[in-house]
Amino acid sequence: MIRLSPPRRVLHAIIGIAGAAGLAELAARAGLVDSEVIPPVSVVLRRAAGLLADAGFGDDVAVTLEGWIAGLLLAVAVGVPAGLVLGQFRALSAAASPLVEFLRTLSPVSLIPLAIVMFPETFQMKVFLTFFAALWPILVNTLYALRDVDPVAKDTLKSFGFGPLSVLWRVSLPSAAPFVMTGVRIAASVGLIVIVSGELLAGDGTGIGGYITETQSSGGHTDLMLAAALWTGVIGVAANSALVRMERRAFRWRAAA
Amino acid sequence: MSALVRVLRRAWLVVLVVAAWELWTRYAEEAYFPPPSTILPALRDLWFDGPPSLLFLNETARDDFAASLGHLFGGWLLAGAAGVLVGVLIGRSTTAREVFDPVLEFLRAIPTPTLVPFFIVLFQLGATMQIMTIAFGVIWPVILNTADGVRGVDRLQLETAQVFGLGPVRRLVEIVLPAALPKIFAGLRVSLSFALILMVIAELVGSTSGIGAQLINAEHSFELPTMWAVIVFLGVLGFLFNGVLLLIERRFLGWHAGARQTAS
Repeated sequence: MIRLSPPRRVLHAIIGIAGAAGLAELAARAGLVDSEVIPPVSVVLRRAAGLLADAGFGDDVAVTLEGWIAGLLLAVAVGVPAGLVLGQFRALSAAASPLVEFLRTLSPVSLIPLAIVMFPETFQMKVFLTFFAALWPILVNTLYALRDVDPVAKDTLKSFGFGPLSVLWRVSLPSAAPFVMTGVRIAASVGLIVIVSGELLAGDGTGIGGYITETQSSGGHTDLMLAAALWTGVIGVAANSALVRMERRAFRWRAAA
Repeated sequence: MSALVRVLRRAWLVVLVVAAWELWTRYAEEAYFPPPSTILPALRDLWFDGPPSLLFLNETARDDFAASLGHLFGGWLLAGAAGVLVGVLIGRSTTAREVFDPVLEFLRAIPTPTLVPFFIVLFQLGATMQIMTIAFGVIWPVILNTADGVRGVDRLQLETAQVFGLGPVRRLVEIVLPAALPKIFAGLRVSLSFALILMVIAELVGSTSGIGAQLINAEHSFELPTMWAVIVFLGVLGFLFNGVLLLIERRFLGWHAGARQTAS
């Protein structure tokens, strides 16, 4: 879907981006900041373009993506059914909520050292961390979404003799799905942050985080470090907009989504 | 009596899970999963065997907490002040918003942990690096929420104030900021939980003192009960921060008509 933006807005956006990039470039070129440490924007962009052709970096990106997607899928596979079960029983969900609230404030980042000693295989460690980070937004959103299902629709089906499973499948799940998707989107962005953090600390130099750590220890080329960070941001934005587009297509029938 | 029933109804599963955890870990004797009855003493030995007059904090705790929480709140307050400033600027003017929004969205999209190694080169190891990492990472929710809150100010109120001759500064302090307060507060609450995460990651990557450094020490010396103790403590800390801010919000913003929608 292409939306035409008013030209004034586009112009302002260009002024903002060009202005910020220009100022940063100028500060580095004019020696206001140490350009060895804070490289000019043009250099970072050139490095970022160069990384595209770098097979080693490509492999690192692939490793990160694999772990990220595996962790997310695992979290969906566990979080959605768990949310559905908890949502069915009011007493259970009331009792589970303090537990869930605590576990979800437990930052996955603090689990990194534990995960590193627990999983000898780095890939498993990363999948576990992503899974743990992604699980709570998905579980909580599923739980809340089920609470908001229109009771009249449920009762109508019930009075027509549909069983509880059938009500779940025909009413609750379709009505909860968009909100669950929002949970998946939040989970994806948190998951990316956590997996890259895990890679920064894993010490085996794989993944985007591993690439950054290795660059740091082999002379500290900040231009390459920033270029890799830039690509991580691009991956996050791309994944988010892909999920939004998927959401729009899948739930076209739901105006509010 | 009904209050007791309510507490029991919410707490039974927690008690059950902790009891099951204790029983299972004792039975399985798995080194990676120490029972809660081992984790709590480890937590006491690490930080809480000091004198009662100092809330049982021992010397390690006083050093670690002062360093970590100092960085945490330093970065958070810095981001809070700068974020409100930028947010007001962007929220008040459509032009400013259109100019700065793309740049902000771009900077916000970069996961802060990937920048920690860069910040280490830039600021060297130490307090500045920690504070700047936290401030950079948590400023975005403050900016966005402030801008959002400022944009939502009732136009009629502003025009009335102008008619009555209130200058721009007084309009900002007496109308715009109070109206935006619930949104600003919600932004600050989200920021504080981010700040805790970034504090840990910054300390894990580059620090020898503080709460996160104890986690790394425990990893290197394979002290699993200590590691679990730090993890549990960080969880409790996150839980408390969120709770305290919610409490402040309810206490001081209860009067605010706009406060109800952001309090959750």
